[in-house]
Amino acid sequence: MDLDFSFVAEYWPTFLRGAWVTLELSFFGVALGTLLGVLFALMRISRWWPVKFLASAYIEVIRGTPMLVQIFIIHYGLTGFGINLPPFISGVVALTINSSAYMAEVFRAGIEAIDKGQTEAARSLGLSRGMTLRYIVLPQAFRNMLPAIGNEFIIIIKDSSLISVIGIAELMYNARTVQSITFSPMEPLLVACALYFAMTFTLSRLLAVLERKLRS
Amino acid sequence: MIVVNGLRKSYGKLEILKGIDTEIRKGEVVVVIGPSGSGKSTFLRCLNRLEQPTSGEIRLNNSLITNKQSELNQIRQEMGMVFQHFNLFPHMSVLENLTLAPRKLKKLSNEKANARAMELLRVVGLEDKHDSYPDRLSGGQKQRVAIARALAMEPSVMLFDEPTSALDPEMVGEVLEVMKRLAQNGMTMVIVTHEMGFAREVGDRLLFMDGGCIVEEGIPLHVFQNPQHPRTKDFLAKVL
Repeated sequence: MDLDFSFVAEYWPTFLRGAWVTLELSFFGVALGTLLGVLFALMRISRWWPVKFLASAYIEVIRGTPMLVQIFIIHYGLTGFGINLPPFISGVVALTINSSAYMAEVFRAGIEAIDKGQTEAARSLGLSRGMTLRYIVLPQAFRNMLPAIGNEFIIIIKDSSLISVIGIAELMYNARTVQSITFSPMEPLLVACALYFAMTFTLSRLLAVLERKLRS
Repeated sequence: MIVVNGLRKSYGKLEILKGIDTEIRKGEVVVVIGPSGSGKSTFLRCLNRLEQPTSGEIRLNNSLITNKQSELNQIRQEMGMVFQHFNLFPHMSVLENLTLAPRKLKKLSNEKANARAMELLRVVGLEDKHDSYPDRLSGGQKQRVAIARALAMEPSVMLFDEPTSALDPEMVGEVLEVMKRLAQNGMTMVIVTHEMGFAREVGDRLLFMDGGCIVEEGIPLHVFQNPQHPRTKDFLAKVL
């Protein structure tokens, strides 16, 4: 079979618009997911068991159920309870709760990997638990976690393609639109792949630079 | 200054401290020796509540500190601690290691905190290292920075938990030298150590611990020359 990419000349704005929406979705998913992730990680290492239990339960349930189902529940399921979210918001919410669950585990592991002596030294100086986390543990943990965080970011960009099922014109959705207009089964998907790869590869290179900066 | 009454600590069924009674007076240098597992580090870590005592009382300047949760951070500012493994903050320069707590807790301005830190670095002979990061320092230098960091909060007592045990032999001297000068300047100190020569020279009082109890105590020279308890004799025979 010969590949024919001549449609790109006409439809490249569609792809770029889709890629932009993908970036928007991913940006909010990453930013909000990271914030919530830190919160759930801190809850999970809390001294109070109800808080700990709540965070653990959330993380296990979100990680243990398919994102596709979560997207449908948020966008369609919740309408039964009178909650009608615009598609874009539904997409952001789905990405956020997903990334927060995975991110929480990354943060927890990162925090627990810091030598106990660091906390003891900080506490022995009179620093509170909160200050110790903020000034001593989290900055060191963050450095160690950077590769895992980068991995999460990349997964979110790719997973955002699932959001196309609720009709948001992101990259995957637009690729399928072009597919149906041009009747070419393969080429629009390859273009989408190339754009996804351009985004994830750029991100992973940027993170590698940041990592090197933090190490020196 | 510090009064300890009936201090006990257990981990589950394992009793590490079986009732410690002692007093540490202002300006006194108390050295704690004993075989490993005798509870000496646990005793020290109970004093600033890095370990929560199971029962018993500790008083600092006549106020009971064993049951106070809220003022714990305040109490710890009074007690500097130096650890076996230094525990310097690796993501901060030497100067930042020294100034973090004074800036955040005593609300010192940057200039004041830096000036004070440089003064302390001069005392431990490391002012030229203020910009270095801990991984650039030798073990002896790290421990001297750790001592300066604890002193930066101007504590009224310093606790040392085997401060030279993780050092290469040639670096032990420089750390002991700093501690000796601190003692001569009248700092109240509690030192868990295996350095018998240092204990004899610098200590005002020696506590020999074994099996979670203080088995014998007295003036270091007397205890070394004329131990009373069979377990003290046995231990000293092995280490001297």
